[in-house]
Amino acid sequence: MKLRKLAVAASLAAIGLSAVLTTPAYAAEEQFFPVLAYRTGAYAPNGTPWANGFVDYLKLTNARGGVNGVKMIWEECETGYATDRGVECYERLKGKHGGATAVQPLSTGITFALTEKAPVDKIPVITAGYGRSESQNGAVFGWNFPLVGTYWMGADVLVQHIGKKEGGLDKLKGKKIALVYHDSPYGKEPIALLQERAKMHGFEVQLLPVAHPGVEQKATWLQVRQSKPDYVFLWGWGVMNSTSIKEAQATGYPRDKMYGVWWSGAEPDVKDVGDGAKGYNALAMQHGAEPNSKVVKEILEKLHAKGQGTGPKEEVGQVLYMRGLISSMLQVEAVRAAQGRFGKGKRITGEQMRWGLENLNLDQKALDGMGLAGVMRPVQTSCLDHMGSAWARVHTWDGKKWNFTSDWYQGDEKVLRPMVMLASAKYAEEKKIKPRTPEDCKK
Amino acid sequence: MAFFLETLLGGLMSGMLYSLVALGFVLIFKASGVFNFAQGAMVLFAALAMARFSEWIPGWMGMENLFVANLLAFTVAVAIMFVVAWLIERLALRYLVNQEGATLLMATLGIAYVLDGIGQTIFGSDIYKIDVGMPKEPVMMLESVFDGGILINKEDFIAALIAALLVISLSIFFQKTATGRALRAVADDHQAAQSIGIPLDRIWVIVWCVAGITALVAGIIWGSKLGVQFSLSTIALRALPVVILGGLTSVPGAIIGGLIIGVGEKLSEVYLGPYVGGGIEIWFAYMLALVFLLFRPQGLFGEKIIDRV
Repeated sequence: MKLRKLAVAASLAAIGLSAVLTTPAYAAEEQFFPVLAYRTGAYAPNGTPWANGFVDYLKLTNARGGVNGVKMIWEECETGYATDRGVECYERLKGKHGGATAVQPLSTGITFALTEKAPVDKIPVITAGYGRSESQNGAVFGWNFPLVGTYWMGADVLVQHIGKKEGGLDKLKGKKIALVYHDSPYGKEPIALLQERAKMHGFEVQLLPVAHPGVEQKATWLQVRQSKPDYVFLWGWGVMNSTSIKEAQATGYPRDKMYGVWWSGAEPDVKDVGDGAKGYNALAMQHGAEPNSKVVKEILEKLHAKGQGTGPKEEVGQVLYMRGLISSMLQVEAVRAAQGRFGKGKRITGEQMRWGLENLNLDQKALDGMGLAGVMRPVQTSCLDHMGSAWARVHTWDGKKWNFTSDWYQGDEKVLRPMVMLASAKYAEEKKIKPRTPEDCKK
Repeated sequence: MAFFLETLLGGLMSGMLYSLVALGFVLIFKASGVFNFAQGAMVLFAALAMARFSEWIPGWMGMENLFVANLLAFTVAVAIMFVVAWLIERLALRYLVNQEGATLLMATLGIAYVLDGIGQTIFGSDIYKIDVGMPKEPVMMLESVFDGGILINKEDFIAALIAALLVISLSIFFQKTATGRALRAVADDHQAAQSIGIPLDRIWVIVWCVAGITALVAGIIWGSKLGVQFSLSTIALRALPVVILGGLTSVPGAIIGGLIIGVGEKLSEVYLGPYVGGGIEIWFAYMLALVFLLFRPQGLFGEKIIDRV
């Protein structure tokens, strides 16, 4: 009997201890963020550094004293990059610790699933660099925030870049671009933009889907070898990226003619390929690998030096770590913006968070103050523009590290805006959504 | 024509690699009547052990010789797979003698999850490299016959040769050795095999060890091609249509099945894919296997199971 009591007590103590270790204790002035991550499974090599950067920035915010004294708290849930598990995680966490402030699914599939839930729960869905491209239109997608980049914007920048390399967009006439893409909502996103640009400039788009998880691509690359495209755009994730580069090498396709999206341009995608990936290019969603940035040095000093960092310190500042860090920073700054209106030092609600996200204004001075000088450009959102910044550049793998190899490009609003408006209007009609007016935005 | 040949050869070489994984299924089923759902997890586990030890050993011993490091890592990985085999027999299979096939299948499903979890916990979930010096650049052949020649992937070619060698060795082992015959006897009937003095526990350890080594070779080849990461465990799913088609009890069936599936999926993707939106090779392999099953339910070379009532 004594033994059983002891076992029960030990179990309860263990549960309590694990809760304390994973989540700071809840108090009135705390802001809760669910962390939908994937540290296991096929996409773990890419999901893990993102999650590490994301969590480290929340820790850094607390180490800096919180947002006007309000501490960040979080709880991680493993989605495995699966939509069903992602939705389950969202449902499990959305009401915890007084309610989720915002959610970042790190999956276009999960984003699609949460897009209809968010307005009901009044929880903003932040999708920095992924999600539905038309959700930039805040009038229709009131709760989606594809901050800093959408796939249409990314594809547009890539077309601009190769146009520049060819000597002008008109020189793309008669060229062929093959899109090797993850056969999922994520991989299909850039197709509409590429087809639009193809009509404008007279190039051909060859679509080559790759089934999840992307470890078998021989047939795909034999088709590339047969059709000899002038450029290959890679829209992959996880092991699909390195497999694509290896197959390109095995079929003799030049790596310097390959351009990946920003989810196909990080260390896990190339380090295993080594010299075989030399010359491979990818979009940098503003930032690249930033080991020398001030914010990274601060994280190493305030967290990792004290054994409080997340993940290996050697990976701090790598591309996906920085993506997670910036995604986290954007939500923290939205909390700060919302506090500015609804009360400094107070916990904000999901609705108030939406206001904060629609009124983000991170100018150069603010970025410098956060240690992000040179890492990214200013961001300014509005009720109708949920992206806030449409800039990107290209970086290239030299066999050991990523180096920036282009100037900054801005997504062309003349191309993007009509597409966003058309697609979002169609969505509004399908879902019977009444678009918000400028008057609604003031509420 | 040159492109067709390239696709065909690419398919044959991929098929040989599928055969290698399929062999793991066949070995265990042939020897113990268990459909081992954990074969993919064993491939991942073995490859992780090989990759991590080939990385750790040079650091521990302060040496730079890649060959010696790989050899030592291979030895350690073999030892680990032996321990895994022993543990599986000791902790799971021993208690399931004479149970229904479905029960044993479910047990291997559990083993798969345990191996996936433990493997990633011990060795990590990043992408790891196995560098056994496989050539990565392609070669062109028959340039005088075809314009531009035929592209051959050297790495795939060497891998296919290794797979073929392993398959031949295992065929000889099963057909010509006393242990091989004992393994087949156990597969036919556990109780009958025990009654004539074949030690079931030892036989099961042996067969899981052999399957473990096959998994290790498959893991090294696939890991060298793709990098060692979780998706390696899904390679087993590529081998399933192979065993369905070739027959669960036939080593030659695994080879022929692998070649048919490899060629079928590559040709379908290249020539049919563009008409149906592409990305069809995975389900096409299963469809091909199902079509074969309509005509030969036991697979191409599988033994016909007749239950007398």
